[in-house]
Amino acid sequence: MQKKISSIPFNGTAEQEAKLKEIIAKHKDDPGAVMPVLQEAQEVYGYLPIEVQKMIAEGLSVPLEEVYGVSTFYSQFSLTPKGQYNISVCLGTACYVKGAGKIIERISEILGIGAEECTADGRFSLTACRCIGACGLAPVMTVNDDVYGRLEVEDIDGILAKYMA
Amino acid sequence: MEMINIKINGMPFSVEKNTTILEACKQFGIKIPTLCFLKDINEIGACRMCVCEVKGARSLVAACVYPIDREGTEIFTNTKKVQESRKTTLELILSNHDRKCLSCPRSGSCELQEMCADFGIDNENRFEGARPHYENDESTLYLVRNNNKCVLCRRCVAACKEQFVGVIGANNRGFDTEIGCAFEQKLADVACVSCGQCTAVCPTGALVEKDDTDKVFDAINDPDKIVIVHTAPAIRATLGECFGMPIGSNVKGKMVTALKRLGFDKVFDTDFGADLTIMEEANEFIGRVKNGGVLPMITSCSPGWIKFCEHYYPDLLPNLSSCKSPQQMTGAIIKSYYAEKENIDPDNIVVVSVMPCTAKKFEIKRDDQGRNGLADIDISITTRELAKMIKSAGIQFTELPDSEFDPTLGVTTGAAAIFGATGGVMEAALRTAADTLTGEDLKEIEYPDVRGTKGIKEAEYDVAGLKVKVAVASGLKNAAEILDKVRSGEADYQFIEIMCCPGGCVNGGGQPIQPAQVRNFTDLKALRAKALYDEDKNLPLRKSHESPVVKKLYEEYLGEPGSHKAHELLHTTYVARKKY
Repeated sequence: MQKKISSIPFNGTAEQEAKLKEIIAKHKDDPGAVMPVLQEAQEVYGYLPIEVQKMIAEGLSVPLEEVYGVSTFYSQFSLTPKGQYNISVCLGTACYVKGAGKIIERISEILGIGAEECTADGRFSLTACRCIGACGLAPVMTVNDDVYGRLEVEDIDGILAKYMA
Repeated sequence: MEMINIKINGMPFSVEKNTTILEACKQFGIKIPTLCFLKDINEIGACRMCVCEVKGARSLVAACVYPIDREGTEIFTNTKKVQESRKTTLELILSNHDRKCLSCPRSGSCELQEMCADFGIDNENRFEGARPHYENDESTLYLVRNNNKCVLCRRCVAACKEQFVGVIGANNRGFDTEIGCAFEQKLADVACVSCGQCTAVCPTGALVEKDDTDKVFDAINDPDKIVIVHTAPAIRATLGECFGMPIGSNVKGKMVTALKRLGFDKVFDTDFGADLTIMEEANEFIGRVKNGGVLPMITSCSPGWIKFCEHYYPDLLPNLSSCKSPQQMTGAIIKSYYAEKENIDPDNIVVVSVMPCTAKKFEIKRDDQGRNGLADIDISITTRELAKMIKSAGIQFTELPDSEFDPTLGVTTGAAAIFGATGGVMEAALRTAADTLTGEDLKEIEYPDVRGTKGIKEAEYDVAGLKVKVAVASGLKNAAEILDKVRSGEADYQFIEIMCCPGGCVNGGGQPIQPAQVRNFTDLKALRAKALYDEDKNLPLRKSHESPVVKKLYEEYLGEPGSHKAHELLHTTYVARKKY
């Protein structure tokens, strides 16, 4: 799947930048430093926007395109921020055959965003994730740490309403 | 050198240990098909077109990256298994290709097309791939990317990285993999230097120069326009390749005839502009040395190099010579001195340049070129585009008689001829600077230390008591190495020549395409450069300041090198550009 690129303005803090610089300094002389730096940078920022990737490219003296290429190759990296509430819909085999596709469709409809996107106000993001190991509850979704199982499409409006208040 | 005995298809051979199967087969007259392999820069064994059987190996091996390191290795290059595997790979590549050969600019020079013919592909639809549609990237003035034709060989990515630019790469994965720029930016929005090396190595029509030949035909067909063409030093050394002539043929005479038959009103030589560049540049250099100007001075003929410096080393812009490139100087003189002399309104002149270069298409549109709204050059086409024009006009190039450039701006020197090879500008400048400083007509005019295709060359000369330490770099990776030393203060050169493309203009991004099967086993740069050094040797005049055309130009019009008028017409400025 092609990675979605966020259009939400970047608002990294000075602390985050200082942390990123530390991370870069720590890995600068390692061969293949791009991978670990991207991993740790994502822990700091939650995602890897162009501003962060530029700092990594400059810091490691590699082309920005190389950093971007790695960040779009691996599914663990995200180019869009996570919202205040991150909704993960499991698309593992069990959830999928039990109708997770319809669940994610409905959420998409309500929030006006696709998978791997974040609403413009930063409140909600939507992730299509792989098996989370709760196949007995299929289809299953999580909103941050809250888990919702045995879902029907009709349940979705009510669940989201709780977080919209 | 340790030799080992091997067998290829049952025949005994002896090869140097660790020779790859690909190289060994080449030595013994067996062609192994390759798509991704480019010697030294893209040895990734990814495309699987070159697979062979090795006795004892678990599976087929990639010939391009398989070193033969065992005595008695038995290799099979042509078994049914090998043939079937290669053909299936090819059919799978085609499954995700747009297969619009008839309208493809690379039809006839496409490595994929040739391979299909070699393998007797009889059904290009055997597998139906995802075939997503990609919009062309036509954002730049100089090249077009069409990812519908891309086979993901990554040769362009390697060439770009080799240039220390690296603005293109493989993004996403699986069927979504696409060669492009970071964050889906267009090529015009990233720090691409416009060198076009990617177009020279692309096996298909995924990356091609922006075709400006229609504009040239339109100008020629406009009865109100006087269309003047001039050709860069490196064109005569390569154009013949487009017509099946051997690499390194100097086709100056045929080229001039072809241009006249195409209908250009005047055919001039950019070598004139090269001689003029030397006059201005040698004068500028001597001035900087005597007056404590910024040193080292770095040459400014190569627009890909200029753009590289502006994006990646903006702090070194003051080191660049302020001289325009020979292309621009020639255009500026045509639209001023020549127009006045011939009593032509410069607005009615269309100047077309034939260049070995895609970056020249960018250079002609720079804000800091031309004057009073009048562009120095109106259209710049590559060697490949000229060949295309000649073919479409039905001109039988190889059968043409020779003719001479129009003498007004067409009598040139050997110093200008060698501009097309790395080290040539340096040598030409040294010839003139040495004569100027000694006030003599020196007989020792060859500078072998700065010749040859090595990426970096250094030398120290005693020029009339003045110690001059020079460096010559071609290919931006080598340029970066030199520039880093200048930045850190480690280097104490006075004069540096930098050419964007490895080997200089003879290997420019607009030069005839030679397939990887040739590039991997031939020293293109050296063969083409030899044609220029031979031309230099055989010309009666070999120093720029001896050119009668240049002398007359200064007497009648410019005064002396570095004069106010010369500055107005022949010098320029640069601008720092963003890296991301």
